[in-house]
Amino acid sequence: MSDFLKIQGLEARIDADGTPKEILKGIDLEIPKGEIHAIMGPNGSGKSTLSYVLSGREDYEVTGGSATFKGEDLLALEPEERAALGVFLAFQSPVELPGVNNANFLRTAVNAVRRARDEEELDAVAFLKAVRAETKRLSMSDEMLKRAVNVGFSGGEKKRNEVLQMRLLQPSFAILDETDSGLDIDALRIVADGVNSLRGPDFSALVITHHQRLLDYIVPDRVHVMAKGKIIYSGGPEVAKTLEKQGYTQFLEAAA
Amino acid sequence: MPAVTETRETVEKLAKSSYEWGFETDIEMDIAPKGLNEETVRLISARKEEPEWMLEWRLKAFRMWLEMKEPEWAKVSHPPIDYQDAHYFAQPKKKPGPKSLDEVDPELLKTYAKLGIPLHEQALLAGVEGAEEQKRMPVAVDAVFDSVSVATTFRKTLEEAGVIFCPISEAIREHSDLVRQYLGSVVPAGDNFFAALNSAVFTDGSFVYVPKGVRCPMELSTYFRINARNTGQFERTLIIVEERASVSYLEGCTAPQRDENQLHAAVVELIAMDDASIKYSTVQNWYPGDDEGRGGIYNFVTKRGACRGARSKISWTQVETGSSITWKYPSCVLAGEGSVGEFYSVAVTNNHQQADTGTKMIHLAPNTRSTIIAKTISAGKSDSTYRGLVRMQPKARNARNFTQCDSLLIGDQCGAHTVPYIESRNMTARIEHEATTSKISEDQLFYCRSRGLSEEDAVGLIVNGFCREVLKELPMEFAVEAQKLLQISLEGSVG
Repeated sequence: MSDFLKIQGLEARIDADGTPKEILKGIDLEIPKGEIHAIMGPNGSGKSTLSYVLSGREDYEVTGGSATFKGEDLLALEPEERAALGVFLAFQSPVELPGVNNANFLRTAVNAVRRARDEEELDAVAFLKAVRAETKRLSMSDEMLKRAVNVGFSGGEKKRNEVLQMRLLQPSFAILDETDSGLDIDALRIVADGVNSLRGPDFSALVITHHQRLLDYIVPDRVHVMAKGKIIYSGGPEVAKTLEKQGYTQFLEAAA
Repeated sequence: MPAVTETRETVEKLAKSSYEWGFETDIEMDIAPKGLNEETVRLISARKEEPEWMLEWRLKAFRMWLEMKEPEWAKVSHPPIDYQDAHYFAQPKKKPGPKSLDEVDPELLKTYAKLGIPLHEQALLAGVEGAEEQKRMPVAVDAVFDSVSVATTFRKTLEEAGVIFCPISEAIREHSDLVRQYLGSVVPAGDNFFAALNSAVFTDGSFVYVPKGVRCPMELSTYFRINARNTGQFERTLIIVEERASVSYLEGCTAPQRDENQLHAAVVELIAMDDASIKYSTVQNWYPGDDEGRGGIYNFVTKRGACRGARSKISWTQVETGSSITWKYPSCVLAGEGSVGEFYSVAVTNNHQQADTGTKMIHLAPNTRSTIIAKTISAGKSDSTYRGLVRMQPKARNARNFTQCDSLLIGDQCGAHTVPYIESRNMTARIEHEATTSKISEDQLFYCRSRGLSEEDAVGLIVNGFCREVLKELPMEFAVEAQKLLQISLEGSVG
């Protein structure tokens, strides 16, 4: 199943105050079904851009290459169509929605996705049951469901809320964009457990991180090193450890 | 509450297209000739079998109106209105009470069905004999069907509590003293151009009287419909709540689709005595005109409440999504010591709609308090203005006001304006004003869409969140309807 997620020569740019700025300069990446891959790289290497382009953010212009998911041209789909197809992005900085009740937001999202996947919608009771089971697993208080989406949430609460959404939406491919940033060690464990429990033959993930720490808990099948808009090295989980000890320099030099 | 559920489900079913309620009912009508003069006023008064004092009151208002000029200060524009080119009176011809729904004019029933009125409620509205025994609903409806209340439901339950809820024309005949004492005491006939016009030619509306110590046992509700071609509708509503009494009144509006603009100039007067409270909620969804701005209702309304008694409270909540032009400032005159005025408003404009709306809080007495929460949403090429006055009079010691005006813009061709007037003549009074203007951000839209929501659903969700502080003030059944309306009103406003 090598054609699960297939990215070839992907190039993308963003409009930076009137001048286009190339950010992705030819990404090649394949993530087979059931595998978890990690991307590591210095700031500004294009990691977050890759996650936005894959999930459909409009600010980025794809100038070359392709990305297919389950055989479909991912780049031709609207963000909500990608979500229905099974793509999920856990945001690095989750967005606040003032006045929008979190539980209502979650239920609207879950049912929108279920509708699109020809699954039966959850009524209020069934939804509450499902969401309570998940909040318990993530050590979240019920009170967080009553608050406005991400408004006044601490950094850790926001990240847990992202993982909560991921678990409820049941994606087949999740992108976690620096989900570990701002988490203490306990929260990190809880979040990692949330991801690991989805692990299975029908779930793949792309974990974007700065630190090897998260990869102690979510052990990746492959680790890719990204710099200057390209993937410059790929290897097994041991790459993360090497990076942590020696930094990016040797990879950058080897690629040069 | 099965009736509420039923109503809600019907509303949900109805809320599908951009304006499904654009239909016209073909019923035999009794129509006055076009034009406005003293004869028109006399004819209306005669048809309503009004006492002599009422006719005199109308004529006086009419003569004042002749001397007045249409106001031009509002930030709205429209072609001049020809007041002689409209009918001022239209009513369905009366038939003897039908025995069952089968005998009711099917056109009337169709109208009710499109409005989403539950079947057993329809029977009551249509005056089916014996239908009143089946009443088991928590909402009383006084349907104003083109200037004439076809029927008033739930009167018995209300009568047992001592509450009077009836068409104002009936109140003028049967509760003449009460009407004479209070009519025009909050909004004088000569208050403004449209109030004077209304005073001269109003044809119907509702009257509510809640006696001392009585909490009205149900929400009072009125459906207003404008149904005859070119009849400006001039409702007059008068609500009097005595000491320690309370009432919640719901007003909902829909209108059939039209090519010509229709004038609507209502007057609402509220009076609250010591420790009384009045909650007045409006969902206004009149025909806003088409995408090009043709047609639609001109909604020029004067709404004012008088907190006459100590610790009395008047609360206005409105959700305004309809009409091509809205000109409306539900206000509170806080004359009783420690009285409270509240104004919660959501105004949505889309396409070419114009809204100039807000409130006036006039603090006359010590320790009076007022709260204003105004949410304005503009989309398309529409223009929306919040215009509010907070006035602290010399005797208003320790009076307080808090005002919050938030504007949300959708797209880049609409406008939102905030015009607060603040006048304080008392050093101890405290006035706070907060205002924000924002756009729905790309971040918010993308976040929602990446969770599977369509762009329109995302906008609906964000807009409803923006309005939450106001929507939570609405009675439950209205809140659901209002959320639907917000979404319908903004359909096609993004992308």
